[in-house]
Amino acid sequence: MFQKTIAELIIELQNKSISSVELTQAYLNRIQKNDQIYNSFITVTPDLALEQAERADKRLAAGNAEPLTGIPLAQKDIFCTNGVKTSSGSKMLDNFIAPYDATVIDKFNQAGAVMLGKTNMDEFAMGSSNETSFYGPVKNPWNTNTVPGGSSGGSAAAVAAQLAPAATGTDTGGSIRQPAALCNLTGLKPTYGRVSRYGMIAFASSLDQAGPMTKTAEDAAIMLNAMAGFDPKDSTCSNKNVPDYTADLNKNLKGLKIGLPKEFFEKGMDESVAKVIEDAIDTYKKAGAELVEISLPNSGLSVPSYYVVAPAEASSNLSRFDGVRYGYRCENPVDLEDMYKRSRGEGFGEEVKRRIMIGTYALSVGFYDAYYLKAQKVRRLISEDFKKAFEKVDVIMGPTTPTTAFNIGEKSNDPVTMYLSDIYTIAVNLAGLPGMSIPAGFANNMPVGLQLIGNYFEESRLLNVAHQYQQITDWHKQTPAM
Amino acid sequence: MEWEVVIGLEIHAQLATKSKIFSGSSTAYGAAPNTQACAVDLGLPGVLPVVNKEAVAMGAKFGLAIGANVSKHSVFDRKNYFYPDSPKGYQTSQLYFPIVESGHIEIELEDGKIKTIGITRAHLEEDAGKSLHENYNDLTGIDLNRAGTPLLEIVSEPDLRSAKEAVAYMKKIHSLVQYLEICDGNMQEGSFRCDANVSVRPKGQEELGTRAEIKNINSFRFVERAINHEIERQIELIEDGGRVIQETRLYDSDKDETRSMRSKEEANDYRYFPCPDLLPIVLDDTYLDAIKNKLPELPEAKKTRFIKEYDLKSIDADILTAQKDLSIFFEATTKHAGGEAKICANWVLGEVNAALNKNELSISESPITPEQLGGLIKRISDKTISGKIAKTVFEAMWNGEGSADDIIEKKGLKQVTDSGLIEKVIDEIMTKNQGQVEQYRSGKEQVFGFFVGQTMKATQGKANPQQVNELLKKKLKG
Repeated sequence: MFQKTIAELIIELQNKSISSVELTQAYLNRIQKNDQIYNSFITVTPDLALEQAERADKRLAAGNAEPLTGIPLAQKDIFCTNGVKTSSGSKMLDNFIAPYDATVIDKFNQAGAVMLGKTNMDEFAMGSSNETSFYGPVKNPWNTNTVPGGSSGGSAAAVAAQLAPAATGTDTGGSIRQPAALCNLTGLKPTYGRVSRYGMIAFASSLDQAGPMTKTAEDAAIMLNAMAGFDPKDSTCSNKNVPDYTADLNKNLKGLKIGLPKEFFEKGMDESVAKVIEDAIDTYKKAGAELVEISLPNSGLSVPSYYVVAPAEASSNLSRFDGVRYGYRCENPVDLEDMYKRSRGEGFGEEVKRRIMIGTYALSVGFYDAYYLKAQKVRRLISEDFKKAFEKVDVIMGPTTPTTAFNIGEKSNDPVTMYLSDIYTIAVNLAGLPGMSIPAGFANNMPVGLQLIGNYFEESRLLNVAHQYQQITDWHKQTPAM
Repeated sequence: MEWEVVIGLEIHAQLATKSKIFSGSSTAYGAAPNTQACAVDLGLPGVLPVVNKEAVAMGAKFGLAIGANVSKHSVFDRKNYFYPDSPKGYQTSQLYFPIVESGHIEIELEDGKIKTIGITRAHLEEDAGKSLHENYNDLTGIDLNRAGTPLLEIVSEPDLRSAKEAVAYMKKIHSLVQYLEICDGNMQEGSFRCDANVSVRPKGQEELGTRAEIKNINSFRFVERAINHEIERQIELIEDGGRVIQETRLYDSDKDETRSMRSKEEANDYRYFPCPDLLPIVLDDTYLDAIKNKLPELPEAKKTRFIKEYDLKSIDADILTAQKDLSIFFEATTKHAGGEAKICANWVLGEVNAALNKNELSISESPITPEQLGGLIKRISDKTISGKIAKTVFEAMWNGEGSADDIIEKKGLKQVTDSGLIEKVIDEIMTKNQGQVEQYRSGKEQVFGFFVGQTMKATQGKANPQQVNELLKKKLKG
């Protein structure tokens, strides 16, 4: 049962071969039994989940269910959930019970989905390994000595370990796609503005985007159907119509033009990973797609410009955590300044503090033009590169990550090496494009992800291209030995 | 040495929107602490701002009214600093691309000359909350009701050369924002306040002196006093061999002095950058034209019209149009009086103003309506009552005793114009005062006043003074 996809569970719930309460209880039991190995949840919400499941069963019985009614899901702990602790992986918010629901959560509630709990993550989504969480590292179910990736590492591990049929993630520089790749999942980062950011604790506002982490592209389409859409509470949210993302899944790939950026294949990728990616692309070619070499000449600048823009925004976004109104406050502050300094000094972890310092520096008088404005210019150049590429091709493909999952602790003392693990994903966020990672095979028994990049608001095409691959391969069906 | 004073003002006008600039909370003043602060105003994790369209329209309106460029592309920036009543750790403002640039306004100097004051820019921003230091036993309370209230910060060029000019300029802006109905102008509640940048330089020197910024002055009187004190302080300092340092100073109205808050060296680096949660405000010609077409008649135009249409003196028209409510009161009074604009102006600027001042009321709180006042003036012009009796009627109206006609009727104040009746009274008085009649007839004309007084007294002031004069002259001549 735990191997079933959302699409399969929908059928079972609707033909009453299982109830949502039974399904939910089974997952809760499985989480309770197994999650001490993976540490993928920060908070499990059994009472709430069963209550939601009961309501879902009533809806199913009454015949007014939506596709996700009764489906248990895991939510990244970055989304505010009314009445439930929402920590963003930080000591700073360890005591924070959100008094409202994020729009994404609200939409899942409206759809009748069930929330199993809140998943572990890098602190304030800053990390690529889930090691910066205040709640401890998450273990990759494929090899518990390795990281699941980050920052949505808890969501990835939970789905990979079959503790939830699917989960939500957020992606600022690769935080959905990279853990999806390292845990053999399908992960989709939609176009910036496709999913509301309201109630999603901000890391870098101009880059953050929520999306699904699932077993299949079809499940991702079902999830995105529920998540996407205009939100009057988010000024950066698009009012473009939301199509039915499952509608185009079965289109065939004949004549599809796949762009292969030469910069992605030149250097940096592990040989074993490169082999898997080449095979995957070959599979597409055999299915009738046309391969076109393209160039993204400025892609090499994406990591340095990202590490100016994202920390700059973060340094400002995280200023509200000051110990005044909510969250962590130091013991016995002697005065206001002491309260600020110690609350923030004690409440934030090392990586968060590092990025606040980088961002503060980049925005300082005398450096703003040289760093922040320059980085924004580079960002426009990167977007231009993609724009030109999409005049020639339908989708762009390449690796999601340069290596498979690395060992816990291996890169945690070397931030720059850690930052480079997002080298292929970051440019997509800077340009605001939709990107996906899908299981493409294995290198040394560890999963490898193939990245698909689409033009703005072409999630349907990405999902179609991913789904077709999953019709002719079974990499996505592989599960870790547990 | 002769010194020249250079002043620039930064006026903060609270925009009269119903809800806050980035949230749906009410902006009403005086609610219990934190009852008008929603998740967005509290800066809870995950919340996002959405700009209030009305605040944008008000900013554009102001720009069009001062002949400025209203930017078709303005951007909100974050001004980062920590303070307990700034819930997000930054204030959302507009630094690089403000909504209004390069406007101007004219002020009238004491000698009657007109001076144009440049307005560098006006930008939209959010207000902070309030820190409450009383009643908390060494702790500080935070009230975020005001957090997120929309402000228009109006920055003048350093064109002002004295405290008096600064006050004249501030009054002009105060009048304008009320005309435009974008700010209630209530200075006591802090809806209209200013910071003054003050420096001095030897007369003739081109280079500006080092300036000090005096923060948060909330009355015209304090602006004048604070600036004058600051000028004195700076001149004394320099003449004693000292040097003015760039700093922020606070005006203490109790002690009537300014004192240092923080120097430039201690000042924050605000790390301004474009707010990534908000899109640029994009306005097009259609939008701006629609606002332009709806601009109300502004003080200058109204003043000119009053002079022309009502034949008022410039100074009267100036005072009547300085406050929008006053100008409306005057025009309504004139309408109800059926003309007689000059008499109306005299009454509004005289009796009405004096009574309001005495009772510390504003024109909108006047217990007498323009309809009532107009009714009174009608009775003066049709000679039902004399100007003197009118003052009695006015007092009764002020005390809520009804319309002029009711009061005249009830109190029997109707003017006596019946010549026979007045003659009869005069005859009686002349009979009783034969001595004075003789005096008058022997050339002592000063006693004429005595007869007028007696006649008016005998008629309780109701006799038509002109008729009394004429009849007395005729009868006394004998």
